[in-house]
Amino acid sequence: MSSIDRISRREFLKRTGQAGGGIVLALSVTTACQPAAETTTPMQTSDGSSIAANVYVNIRDDGIVEIYCHRSEMGQGIRTCLPQVIADELEADWDKVKLIQALGDEKYGSQNTDGSTSIRRQFDMLRKAGASAREMLITAAAGVWQVSVDECVARDHAIHHESSGRSLGYGELVAHAADIEVPEDPVFKSPDDYKYIGKSMDNIDGLAMSTGQANYGIDTTLPNMLYASIERCPVYGGSVKSLDSTAARAVTGVIDVISMPEPTSPPFFNPLGGVAVLASNTWSAQQGRAALEIEWDLGPNAQYDSEKYREELMASCCKEGTSVLNRGDAEAGFVAAESTHSAEYYAPHLAQAPMEPPAATAQMNEDGSCDVWSCTQNPQSVQETVAGVLGIEKEQVHAYVTLLGGGFGRKSKGDFAAEAAWLARATGRPVHVTWTREDDIRHGYYHSVSAQHLKAGMDENGTVTSWLHRSAFPSIGSTFSPDSTGPGGFELGLGLVDNPYAIPNMRLETGDAKAYIRIGWLRSVCNVYHAFAVGSFVDELAHLAGEDPKDYLLALLGPARKIDPAVDGAQYGNYGQSLDTHPIDTGRIAAVLEKVADMAGWGRELAAGHGLGIAVHRSFLTTVGTVAEVSVDDSGKLRVHELWTAIDAGRVINPDRVTAQMEGAGIFGMSLTMYGEITAKNGAVVQGNFDTYPVIRMNEAPTEINVHIMDVDAPPGGVGEPGVPPVAPAIVNAYFAASGNRVRELPLRNAGLS
Amino acid sequence: MAIEININGSAHSLDVDPQMPLLWAIRDLAGLTGTKFGCGKALCGACTVHIDGQPVRSCSYPVSAAVGKQITTIEGLSEDGSHPVQEAWRQLNVPQCGYCQSGQIMTAVALLERNPNPTDADIDTAMSGNICRCGTYTRIRKAIHLAAEGQS
Repeated sequence: MSSIDRISRREFLKRTGQAGGGIVLALSVTTACQPAAETTTPMQTSDGSSIAANVYVNIRDDGIVEIYCHRSEMGQGIRTCLPQVIADELEADWDKVKLIQALGDEKYGSQNTDGSTSIRRQFDMLRKAGASAREMLITAAAGVWQVSVDECVARDHAIHHESSGRSLGYGELVAHAADIEVPEDPVFKSPDDYKYIGKSMDNIDGLAMSTGQANYGIDTTLPNMLYASIERCPVYGGSVKSLDSTAARAVTGVIDVISMPEPTSPPFFNPLGGVAVLASNTWSAQQGRAALEIEWDLGPNAQYDSEKYREELMASCCKEGTSVLNRGDAEAGFVAAESTHSAEYYAPHLAQAPMEPPAATAQMNEDGSCDVWSCTQNPQSVQETVAGVLGIEKEQVHAYVTLLGGGFGRKSKGDFAAEAAWLARATGRPVHVTWTREDDIRHGYYHSVSAQHLKAGMDENGTVTSWLHRSAFPSIGSTFSPDSTGPGGFELGLGLVDNPYAIPNMRLETGDAKAYIRIGWLRSVCNVYHAFAVGSFVDELAHLAGEDPKDYLLALLGPARKIDPAVDGAQYGNYGQSLDTHPIDTGRIAAVLEKVADMAGWGRELAAGHGLGIAVHRSFLTTVGTVAEVSVDDSGKLRVHELWTAIDAGRVINPDRVTAQMEGAGIFGMSLTMYGEITAKNGAVVQGNFDTYPVIRMNEAPTEINVHIMDVDAPPGGVGEPGVPPVAPAIVNAYFAASGNRVRELPLRNAGLS
Repeated sequence: MAIEININGSAHSLDVDPQMPLLWAIRDLAGLTGTKFGCGKALCGACTVHIDGQPVRSCSYPVSAAVGKQITTIEGLSEDGSHPVQEAWRQLNVPQCGYCQSGQIMTAVALLERNPNPTDADIDTAMSGNICRCGTYTRIRKAIHLAAEGQS
């Protein structure tokens, strides 16, 4: 947990004469950035005094509690859940909470909204932000009344002295809190007393989102702003050989044509180069861009061909690799086995394809600083990337965070924000960059293509005694290091070395794989393909053994116990958190499996042509089990009728948002199972829009996605991502149950199932 | 050249290329950003507006074709978000990221205007042109049924 003490401070501001708005102490937020609606329209007025208990909480003398949301909202609901936690500990009235979106600033600790981290890593810190403010107000009130703090309680946005019946509202206490020290170690509320935590509060942005008033990265407008569209080399790493912009400049509305800086190798989060057309509106910029005549030097990656690469990757996963976990002696286990079974699984690159493509707006200030508004998952990274591209200090970059029209990992990288900043400086005017859908699909940071080999050895009873799993995929590390030759680091802990099965001999390996396009995070990352392979393979073993897949999985999980992969020599980070607080607990995994099977009526008689499939996977410290019911029609087409999901995420803040994440993960998982595929030919990505990169639509959505949240008294796990991994194996296993056909390659469209 | 169009009951005189898609005229020139860009090829429905009550993909509809017609965007659906479809959306907390929801709501409103009591199959047919990457489809179905009940 990052400490709040480091950044805590007490500050009291004198009246400044600013009417009605209160004072924002912790940071500068201008009216130019109002990324999302406020939660309330306060009726009170402020004379401008307030107290900043810490960087997250500012209490105004009109009683309004301003809470700074330092995390990015991309649909996961953090703008609702974060103030729930703080307001609960603060005993604040929800209607008097005003949410303010924070800029990028390291004083908040990590703002990197990925890895499903916001609650699981910062729950304690957020509680502390609320609790410390509450204790300051209690101390202030006790001082006014000259009583002991023990006689005072916080309730309903006021401090009460019960024995005398006196009370003071939070706004009234601001003037008395000037000299109160920030408590070092505030006492948290008992969970029994929670008012907001654990409650399904409505989406704070629901009104704005249903009326077109919500502001995303694409919606920022500034006076005198230019609209830019950028033509980038179709192959990553290529550059402009020659440019003729005559025709582009002749397009009505086009104002300028500017060459972008050369791309870097490795790519980091830097812009991809190319040529920008700037115009008075988006359409003119796009028309001008289409008229550019560019000859490209395609660079070193022009040979990348997905068909050829697939062969290399399959070969890599089928030969001895690099050992990353060893338990017992897998090879000896296979020799001693009564029977063995092996299989290879393949899954392609994916694009995140958020509905809002990357978009950013930037302007330079006279002092050399730069303001950037973007739909970023990580404003501090935007600060770094923009600073690097402009050659200024990170602190000179003011990174405003709009709402994100989806993120899914793509918007962790601020390349698009840096493009806007570069062009703002080059033109001396504010510049708005909007990527087209084709830009988004063809110039992304792609989910890795992967090939995996699995082998199991069984004794005479059919019990699995030996296990080999070798995974080959180009690493996200290639985005940062030219020397990357394959999987490594944190990637191994995403569904490979954290294997929970009770098998005495186990060997886990990686296979080499070079990257030829930019590789990045996609919702649940390597867990997608690892869960697909492992979840499919155990189902294969169950059917080979003639056993029920759910019972077989329970037996494989073995007795309830806690696993530490380091015991078998693995480097395992447990998503940055302790195994003591967030164990790999096979008992909890089994409980999820049993629950979801029960929900789905596992074992019931099904209609002809229907099948049920089951899978369970722990990722981001949370376990999710999924059952899919599918059918295959006479023409061999697959339909997913219904999904059931059980989730053990420990304590949850907002059950409805957790449910929504599981529903969404079901659809996201279905998209990658049925359709998701990015391929390259001659170094360039082939797909371009939703016609060639289809996703699930309403007519394919299940009739119902049933979600159950396990009631578990444990620290929070992640929620945004863990719903995705079990979906693909559940569907593939259901397809096997319905048809008797096993598919070991995604997407299923390639097997003619859609 | 100046093109006269009517958006949400207000006349706008826009100096634009007649071929400019209505989407960009609405967003960049009229300054109404509730209508979203998602694909530019009428594949995703994020840009859906009503033209004389019919749902249209504004990214693939030239601004000149809207002359003399009534354009309604999400901003024009109600003053305060009180349209039954908007209320149903909030009641069921449909939006996740929210980006596609302007287009989803506009398509749903048009559906209910021609079919006040749609079946699931009717909804699937009408709504399949609108992609939601967050995957809110099952809630959208329920919200349309809820709005239908509220309207009847």
